[in-house]
Amino acid sequence: MLELLLFAVPAGLVILGALIVIFAKNPVHNSMGLVLTLASLAIIYITLNATFVAMVQMLVYAGAVMTLFLFVIMMIGVDKPEQTREEIKGQTLLVSGTLFILIGLVSFIVVNSGFKWDLYFPAVEYSLEGTPDLIAASLFTEWVLPFEIISLLLIVATAAAIALAYDTKVRKPK
Amino acid sequence: MSIDLIIGVTKAALILGLLLTNTILLIWLERKLVAGMQSRVGPDRAGPFGILQTVADAVKLLLKEQILPLKADRAMYLLAPILALVPSFLIFMIIPLGPSIDLVIQGEAVNVDLVGANINVGVLFFLALSSIAVYSVVLAGWSSGSKYPLLGGVRASAQMISYEAAMGLALVPVILYSGSMSMTDIVQSQSGFLSSPIPILDSIVGFIPKWNIFPQFVAFAIFFIASVAEVNRAPFDLVEAEQELVGGFHTEYSGFRFAMFFLAEYINMFNMCAITATFFLGGWLGPTFSGFLPPFISAFMPAVWLGVKTFSLLFIYVWIRATLPRLRYDQLMELGWKRLIPISLVWLLLSSIVLGVREFGLPWS
Repeated sequence: MLELLLFAVPAGLVILGALIVIFAKNPVHNSMGLVLTLASLAIIYITLNATFVAMVQMLVYAGAVMTLFLFVIMMIGVDKPEQTREEIKGQTLLVSGTLFILIGLVSFIVVNSGFKWDLYFPAVEYSLEGTPDLIAASLFTEWVLPFEIISLLLIVATAAAIALAYDTKVRKPK
Repeated sequence: MSIDLIIGVTKAALILGLLLTNTILLIWLERKLVAGMQSRVGPDRAGPFGILQTVADAVKLLLKEQILPLKADRAMYLLAPILALVPSFLIFMIIPLGPSIDLVIQGEAVNVDLVGANINVGVLFFLALSSIAVYSVVLAGWSSGSKYPLLGGVRASAQMISYEAAMGLALVPVILYSGSMSMTDIVQSQSGFLSSPIPILDSIVGFIPKWNIFPQFVAFAIFFIASVAEVNRAPFDLVEAEQELVGGFHTEYSGFRFAMFFLAEYINMFNMCAITATFFLGGWLGPTFSGFLPPFISAFMPAVWLGVKTFSLLFIYVWIRATLPRLRYDQLMELGWKRLIPISLVWLLLSSIVLGVREFGLPWS
């Protein structure tokens, strides 16, 4: 009973947050809905004993990324009405079509498995302690090359963003 | 009811009570200290030495009218004070108040950790919650629908993100040094005394406790500065700079909601000092005098030591507030990004090299 409650409440909040993101008119409300989704996901991670992942989720996504979103929203002001014109021709059709295909796939899996989730998502053995150790060990031994390449990519992206945004014609402020 | 549940609920209730009563003491202490430093008397009417002044203020705030500004965003305006208060209570859950003790509950012997929640990534929990605390200030500023609170909110988001980076980076060498992200383990790793391979040096440093502040003094300095900025205290109180922004992010709040912000601010300050003491000053470690004092008193000595260390740091906070003028906004950003973060990165590199050499020896030998 407690287990079901611990899953159902955060899962419900995840969906509620996602709905706020889509349907709220105010950008600040949208971003707070996203924070709700991310935080509730973190709770689900904790119930799965992945404390480290949960904390990183809170720290990076709910903490840093969303605060920056809010900062930007406030900087540009939220009074402008949302643009409802279609930028790409037929984008509504394209997105809803993809969504229907996805829903169809999921329901196909559910029905085909006879409502047995374990078949497709087998229970994974996890260790109760030392999740940061395990993640660090695999990150810095087996996956060290992709890890370093990603950090290089991020630096390139940052440098590119600065290069694009920095106006060389404007004199340097003293 | 299971024993775990009883223990958990008792811990939570005790921490709630401790933080609330402690805040009353803390606000009185700050007002008295600042008054003393500015040659004033400070509160002296309510109760002995004016110690009940905070209680009177709290009652006044509770009875005042709650104002909802016309242009305010209702939902966010009501959410912001709650978002301020919840993380401040939660952060204290990870601070160990002493070693584990043996108790007998319902005829069953249990070993109870004197910490709200002993999670193995306590440091990350602290950083995650302090990043959630930013929302309360930002949302309060934005939702008030008024320009001064908005300015305060925008300032807050920039300031708290900047100094959180420095704070997190300053903690990494400490984690490396202690070899764990659990607060309990970090305290344990600081027990004992400093030692040196050189005999003469050993006799000099041999009586100094092995607190992280001694090997990690640079990290301590960065963490301390960043923590003052993180709780928006003077000289980093641009978020609520009275001379420029009326009251900053909480200008439009009144009554109980204002009291919630006020409470959260002081609890955060207390938390930050307790966490600094835990990371750098050995936490609850200290002589318990178990031979001299009766056992029920010496059992409380760890908590007393943590209290002594925490209140010493709080005294420094108040001292700084009474002495230093506020930084200008560009000076604040420059200090954060151009001084603290580069220094903490260099210090992280140096610490890792020293630890690496100690662990694996020199690369050429």
